[in-house]
This record gives sequence, structure tokens and C-alpha cells, in this order.
Amino acid sequence: MENPKGSQSRSTSRDERGLDRRDFIRVCTMAAVAVGLPASVGVKWAEAAAAKTLKPSVIWLHFQECTGCTESLLRTSHPAIAELILDLVSLDYCETLFAAAGYQAEDALKSAMAANAGKYICVVEGAIPTKDNGIYCKIGGRTAVDIVNDVAGKAGAIIAIGSCASFGGIPSADPNPTGATGAPQVLAGKTVVTLPGCPANPYNFLGTALQYATFGTLPALDEKGRPRFAYGRVIHEDCPRRPHFDAGRFVEQFGDEGHRNGWCLYKMGCKGPVTHANCSLQPFCEVPGAWPIGIGHPCFGCTEQAMAFRVPLHATVLPEHLTPPDSYPPIKAQQGGVSAAAAGLAGLVGGALLGGGWAAARKVDEGESASADQNEGA
Amino acid sequence: MAMDRRSLIKTLAAGGAAVAAGATTATAALRKTAPPGAMGMLYDTSLCIGCKTCVVACKQANDMPADTTAGGGLWDAPNDLNSKTKNIIKLYREGERQSYVKQQCMHCVDPGCASACMLHSLQKDKVTGVVMYDPAYCVGCRYCQMACPFNVPKFEFEKAAPKIVKCELCRHRIKDAAAKGPGGFTRYPKGQGPACCEVCPRDAVIYGRRDELLAEAKRRIAAWPGKYHKDRVYGEFDAGGTQVLYLSHVPFDKIGLPDLGDKPVPETAYTVQEGIYYKVPFAAPVGLFAVLAAVIYRNKRAESVGAAERGGQP
Amino acid sequence: MSAHAEVHVPVGGRLMTRPFVALLAVALAGAVAAAVRFLNGIGAVSNLSNGYPWGIWIAIDVVVGTAIGCGGYAVGIVVYVLNKGRYHPLVRPAVLTSLLGYGLAVVAVVVDLGRFWGLWKVPIYVWRWSHSPQLEVALCVATYTLVLLVELSPVLFEKLAAGASSGLRRTAEKGLSLVERNFVWVLALGLLLPTMHQSSLGTMMLLPGPRMHPLWLTPWLPLLFLVNAILMGFAVVTLEATFSSAAFGRPRETAMLGSLSRIAGWTAVGWSVFRVIEVAAAGKLGQIRGASGIAFLAEVLLPLVGAAILLAGATRTRAAWQVRGAIVLFLGTALHRVDTYLVAFTPGPAFSYFPAVPELLITFGIIAAEVAIYIAVVKTFPILQGPAPAKATY
Repeated sequence: MENPKGSQSRSTSRDERGLDRRDFIRVCTMAAVAVGLPASVGVKWAEAAAAKTLKPSVIWLHFQECTGCTESLLRTSHPAIAELILDLVSLDYCETLFAAAGYQAEDALKSAMAANAGKYICVVEGAIPTKDNGIYCKIGGRTAVDIVNDVAGKAGAIIAIGSCASFGGIPSADPNPTGATGAPQVLAGKTVVTLPGCPANPYNFLGTALQYATFGTLPALDEKGRPRFAYGRVIHEDCPRRPHFDAGRFVEQFGDEGHRNGWCLYKMGCKGPVTHANCSLQPFCEVPGAWPIGIGHPCFGCTEQAMAFRVPLHATVLPEHLTPPDSYPPIKAQQGGVSAAAAGLAGLVGGALLGGGWAAARKVDEGESASADQNEGA
Repeated sequence: MAMDRRSLIKTLAAGGAAVAAGATTATAALRKTAPPGAMGMLYDTSLCIGCKTCVVACKQANDMPADTTAGGGLWDAPNDLNSKTKNIIKLYREGERQSYVKQQCMHCVDPGCASACMLHSLQKDKVTGVVMYDPAYCVGCRYCQMACPFNVPKFEFEKAAPKIVKCELCRHRIKDAAAKGPGGFTRYPKGQGPACCEVCPRDAVIYGRRDELLAEAKRRIAAWPGKYHKDRVYGEFDAGGTQVLYLSHVPFDKIGLPDLGDKPVPETAYTVQEGIYYKVPFAAPVGLFAVLAAVIYRNKRAESVGAAERGGQP
Repeated sequence: MSAHAEVHVPVGGRLMTRPFVALLAVALAGAVAAAVRFLNGIGAVSNLSNGYPWGIWIAIDVVVGTAIGCGGYAVGIVVYVLNKGRYHPLVRPAVLTSLLGYGLAVVAVVVDLGRFWGLWKVPIYVWRWSHSPQLEVALCVATYTLVLLVELSPVLFEKLAAGASSGLRRTAEKGLSLVERNFVWVLALGLLLPTMHQSSLGTMMLLPGPRMHPLWLTPWLPLLFLVNAILMGFAVVTLEATFSSAAFGRPRETAMLGSLSRIAGWTAVGWSVFRVIEVAAAGKLGQIRGASGIAFLAEVLLPLVGAAILLAGATRTRAAWQVRGAIVLFLGTALHRVDTYLVAFTPGPAFSYFPAVPELLITFGIIAAEVAIYIAVVKTFPILQGPAPAKATY
């Protein structure tokens, strides 16, 4: 699929694919827009490809992963877009897609690193085991820790794709026998763009990588290194089932009437209220509805380290920000009332004081007639 | 010679009449007006869609907690302004007639709450006229709550160190000066004005200088005759004028805006109080003190002349 | 002042009697409730709400409580302004009752104020003073409490002057002469201040204007409250003088109270008649309907009934009738204040208020404390008249 000799190859794929220039620009533009970049960027790409200028090198590392993130990236299914992406960047090392193996592959890695030092994008997929000096993942005799420190050390940008690379993911679930951690923890001190998700949404990767390829900058990141354009809001805020939440219409059991009507899955343990992701906005594989809530299963918070593989699937969580429901208070809201105990106490004491005082009046008289009156006259 | 009962009553009556005469001179002519730079809001019920974005924005801008008492922990669902809610949307519905209404502090031109406050913990800003609260001088007496005819100031009864809670037109966000912007309204840069106005998707509530908003309200009334109740703006003169103005397509009392006439809330109490104490500052108390001292002295003198004992014990 | 020597003597006797301990128990219950209030907030012990921010702590403990403390004021007017010296023996116990009434009203204020720690700023921050009628009430009440202390200080000095230590005796005598020398203006202050703040308590309820029931929204409120305070003072003095002399076996003041009852009776008639006239003149007679109408009629008729009793022939000489008349008058005058501060305040049909049990306990506790302290003081200090009794029954 790509040239094992490295990034210097010139693109002939335009001709091979048989696209004329207008279609080519159109496809580039649509690709740019699809990843949230301005349409003008697409034109820039087309011109760069036509002018046959250098494509940035991408070195893709695989560690404790299921390869799901790579698979989801390959399913960006607009016609020929995968090839286009591979033409816009040069994938110089990728164990999944390499035809080569063994020493040949490792040589490709070394030469790509040497030729593009300080400029290549290092993509990390999968968690990195750290226990027992990291022996639980070794490639070519080197531990994952060593490899990632070596490769990321000379990279221009580091992207951790998927929950495993971002914070440890499923390998790090209790009891975490291998000490699986995410790339940011291993590469402490470096800027690592994390794109959590299980799998990560491929468009989040495309947007980040293509921004770097075009402008040499990374998108704005939050405190966990996640691009804000994708992870700035929680699922709950963009969820198509949100009106049901606001109106208090909840699924109580899989298969019940609410479930069949697509009601809110909050009570089934949906982690949407605390999970930062853009799954409802950017469909996976360009198939709208191809995500958990879309098919009727509560979100399990795969992008959040605190949620995914830690909090049970059907445990409910409190929304991050509480907002008003779909109901309105009346103009005059009711409040206040009388408690029987208070009324009784007040009546008792009040009555006792008054009655007692009145009754005591007579005793006062009797007392007086018995004692001498010592007052001077009125 | 002792002042006998009759002449004492005559003196007091004469004094009282003089005081009462002085008390009635506080009239409409002395009513306060809004400061020239008074900022306010204009809320038009016919534009409000009840989305409650303003409620959310107010909570965020003022760092208020959610009120989940009625919301089962899931929603911020206050049923009225309260110690956690400075702004709320309510619904009026009667048969086919319906209106949303936004409630918050009216920022009156002559506020009852500020006149009640002993140490000016609540007071109007001299420039913007916003009714501000400073807990440093508040003793938590809640007289302001008694005084407000709109029942706006709320108190943190649930706290051991309570404060009064009410809308202050997001004055804590102001950093720069206000300037005339699009639409002809004087506004602060985005993020410094009242949060509710900045987020409203329909511009149902807008802010600016009070005189600009009044003009805009009157323009709307003229442009759509018969649309707005009584073809008037609530708050132009109501309770002496408020800086938050209302245009409503349903009767004002239905959306919780009482008929207060144009007399400012403090006028009655202050007419009496000013008349007795401050017209000629403290003349009445000092005068009465002098009269009492003189009478007691004369009586005592008369007694000690005739008394055998020392007149020691009061 | 009097034609013959007036001797004040402590009642003496055992303090921890059963009734006294019972009062302490009630006071303790109130103190516990107050402790909860300070730890957990006002909402934890009361039904005060944003609809009814003022409840019985203000309406009863403070507003009625300070009027109960107007015994000294009422008697002071009669003795020192109208120069009826024969009522002089009533003065000292009345001043004690006043001091207790005002002192405990201050306690109630501290319980009711949400941010009571800010109170020290009120007299100090003169440049921030507003024209709020409540400020005037606060300053006057505080000053008046101090004046009452000064007025009552001879009691302490007399006790010290009769004591063992010669140093204390000399100080006491200096104190006594100091008070004596300043007697005129201290007393004038003691008559001026209640005039000011009792009327301002009425002015205060003009501010909720639009939410006050029309029957109580009248510019005559200050005058109504002032005369009401004097009436309540008379009633309290009658009750206090009669019950304490009966309870402690003191010489009776029946004849004095008999003529005082006549003054109170006619004043009460004047108050009730004026109240009806001012409502009629304002065209508000039609407002006398519903529950508020009943409250209005009660506050007008009860003083009249009380006056009828107080003015009756038998009352001149019979303590029982003086007491009964005083009870009815007290009820009617207290009702006017509670009506103004609670019944007339109408925040709307959505809101209602009735005190909660801990809220009531605090009020009862304060009243019980007042009575207990009164008993303790009259037993220890020379307040009441006459030689020591053979046996004190309370």
C-alpha cells in the first residue's frame, strides 16, 4: 500500500485513481471539511500534492492494543479517502499495514526517524506496560517503554490514539497485572495529544494530524491533552436523546416501551453526563447512529479514565452540570404550612398563660383580704 | 411649679401638629429619578420561548449551586427565586392564554430594600443604578425582604452564615467601560454584561441604558398597537420606576407584576420618618428631650423643697 | 416623692423553688433550640421563609417584648412628667421589668439576625447610617437598655452600700451620688428614647406598604404604636406589681393600681376610638372582613373590654379585677402589634407561616428566662417594697 523505502516517493496515485483535477480538489476539500478544517485547506493540499512537495512522515507504534483504533481509521469510508490520506502523509512505519516484517521493518523505522528527526508525527496506539521493567510488551527485543521514549523523543508531535494509549484503557483495568499506563504518563513532561475512545473516533485523529501536517500546529488541548474541538463537551450536551432526559422519560428496562421509543438511557447507567466526547456529532465510519446510545445501549464512558472499565456499566452517575428540566414553576409557588405539633404547643402554652393568669386573679384577691394593706391613699 | 396635665398635653399636641405639618411636605416633586447612566434590562414576553438558557447562564456566571430539591438530584429545578437562584423562568397558563415570564431583581429607581437597610449593605450604584449587595455590612435582619414589593431578595435560611441573594446585573463581570454598540444600546464588551441577556437566543431580554430601553419599548408598542397589554411598559413609572422593564402580551398581574401605582415603595415610611426626624435634623427628639428634662427638673425641684428625705432613689 | 419613707428590701428566701426550676427548664429547652439555630442556621429551627422572613421572634419577642418593657416608661411618665409622686413605689420594679424586657428582646434579636456578628458595626459606622426606621429603633433600643441599667444601678449600689467591704461601700456611695446628680437628664433620656423607638416600630411597618393589609397601612401607625406601648406598660405594671406582691408577701399597691387602672382605661378607650376613626376617615371600613377583619375587631374591642373592666367601680379596690382588666388589655395591645407585624403582612396566597416547635421553644424560653431572672433579682436585690416578709411563697 505504501512505499517501504520512506517518504521521498512522489505521488502518482492521482493518475492511478483516474481522478481529474476538479474531482481531486473536490475530494481534498471534502476531506478537509470532514475533519473540521477550512475548505481552503483542502485546496492547499491538492496544490501541494500536485506540486509534489514533501509529505510529513508518520510513525505509528503499536503496543498493548487490539488494533481497533487502526481499524476504525481505515473505515473512514469516503471513496479513496484512505488512499488520499496516505498520500497526504507518509506512513513510514506501521506494523499493522506493513507488508514487510522483521529486520526490514525495523530498518524502515530507523531510517524514517533519522531522515525526519524532529518533524515526524509519532502515533502511539495501545497501552504501555511498566511493571517488571516493561517486559510484558517487547518488539524487536526492546520494551515498549524504551521504544516509545526513543521514538517520541525525536518526534515533532506525539499523538496517543485510543483510550489505551491515552490512559491505559482496558489493559489497565483492575488488577492491572502488567502495570499498563498511557503514553502521557510514560512520556512525562512532553506534550502528548490524547484521543481517548474505544475505539477513538477516527475523525478526531484526522483533524489533529492534518492540522499538524498543514499548519505545523496542534489544536487547543484541555488539561488531559484532549483536543477541545472534539472533547470539549460531554455526550449529555449533544445527545439526541437529551429532550427525553429533560422531560423525564427514561428507559427502565431493555426492551420496554421507553426503550422501543428511544427514550433516555440515563437510568440504565448511561455515562453520557460525565463523558467528554463527540460521538453523536461525528459518526464513526460515517454511519449515523453507529454508536452505543444510537443503538440503544447506555454510553459506558470509554473516553474517561474514571469511568471506562472501572464503573459498572449500569451504575448511574450525576450529570456534571445540572440544568433545568422540561417543566415550569407556576407564577405563585406554594410554600409554608402548619405543623400540628407546633399549633398544639402554641395553643397549650398560650391558653395556659392566659387561663392561668385569669384564674390567679381570684387568688390574688383572697391573698389581699388576708394581709394588711399598707398603701397610702389614692 | 409643676407642669400640670392639661398644659403638658397642650404642649405635646402643639408639637405633634407642627411635626405632622412638616411631614406632609415630602411630595411627588421630591421623588428620585434614575441616574443618567442607569443600566437596565428590557424583557418582552412575546419573544420568550421559555428555553431557560438565561437560568443556566445566570447560575454559571454567578457560580450558583443547582437547586435539586424538586429535581430528584437530576435537574436544577427551583420553583421560585431562592438562595440558589437569582433568575428564573416561570409559566403562566390559563386556557389558551400562555406566557413565560423571567423574574429577577427589578433594580428599582427608589428601592424599598435599600431604604430598609441600616448600613447601606444594599444600595444603588451611583453610576449604573444597579442595586448592589455587600454582605460586609449586612446583619441578616431581612428587613429588605419585608420591604421589596416584588419579593426579590432571598435569604440563605439553610446556612449558619447566611447572606442575601439577588440579581446584581452581573456587575462582578464588568471590567471595561460601556459603549454604544449595534442596535444603539450602550453595552459592555461580551462577557461583561448580564449573562442572561448575552445568551438569550431570541433577544427576548436585552440590556442597555434605561432610557435607550424605554425608547425601544415604546417603539415596539407603537409598531404593534394592541399587541402589548395596555400599550405600556411596566416599570416606566411603577413603584417610582424600575430599571428592569417589561413588555407583556398578557395582563401584568397574571405574570406576577403587581399593580403598585407610581409611588415609590419607601415614600410613605420615609415621609413619616423624614418628617419627624430629619426635616430639621433631630429637632423633634432634641426638643422633646429638652422639654422632658425641664419638666422633670421643675418637678424634682418642687419635691425636694418640700421633702424631708434626700431625693436619692429614682 | 412620697409622703413617708419608701424602703426597698430584697425578698430573700430560697431561690431554687419548684416553680423557679420549672422556669429554668423551659429556658434551657429554649437555649438548646437556640444552640441548634446557631450551629445549623435559622431554617433548621424555624418556619421562617422567603415569603415570611419575620415571624414570632420579631413580632412577639422583639415587638411585644419591648412593649412589655415599657412599664418603666409608662410609670415614668405618670410619676415624673405628670408629677403623680404617689405612684413612685411602682417605679423600681417597673424599671427592672423594663430592663428584662429590653434585655431579652436584644437576645431575641441576636437569635433572629442571620449575621448577628455584624451588629457591632451598627453604632460604629456612623458614616454609613441610612434613614431606615429600623436603624433608629436599633440605636434607641441599645441606648435605652443602657439607660435602664443606669436607672436601676442604685439597686446594686444600695446592696453594696449595705455590704461588708468598706471599699465597696465607698464606691457604692460614689455611684449612688453620681446617679443622683445626673438623675434629671438620665430620666429625660429614659422617657425620650422609648417615645422615639416605639413609634418607629410602627413606622417600620409602613415600608412593606404594598403588601400590608389596608387596615394596618396607615401613617398613624407610629402614634398607634406609641400609645399602645404605654398601654401595655400599664398592663404589665399592674400584673407585675400585683402578682409579685402576692407571691412574695409584700405590701399591696391595690389603691395605687386602682387609680392607675383608671388612667389606663381611659387611654385604652381613646386608643380604640381613634383607631376606628382613622380607619373610617380613610374610607377603609369596608376592609373589615375575613380573617383580617376579625383580627382588627379583636385588637379594637379587647382594649375596650379591658377598659370597661379597669374603669368599673369594683376595680378601684379589688386586685382581681385590676388583674383581669390588665390581662384583657395586655391581650388586646399585644394583638395589635402581632397583627401589624404578622397578620397584616400579606406576601400573597402562595405563602403561609406558623412557627415551628423549636421556634416556639426559643420564644417560651426567653419569656421563662425573663420571669426567672425577675424572681432571682427581686430575691437578691432591693427592688420590692417594705420589710422582709414572714414567708416568701414563690
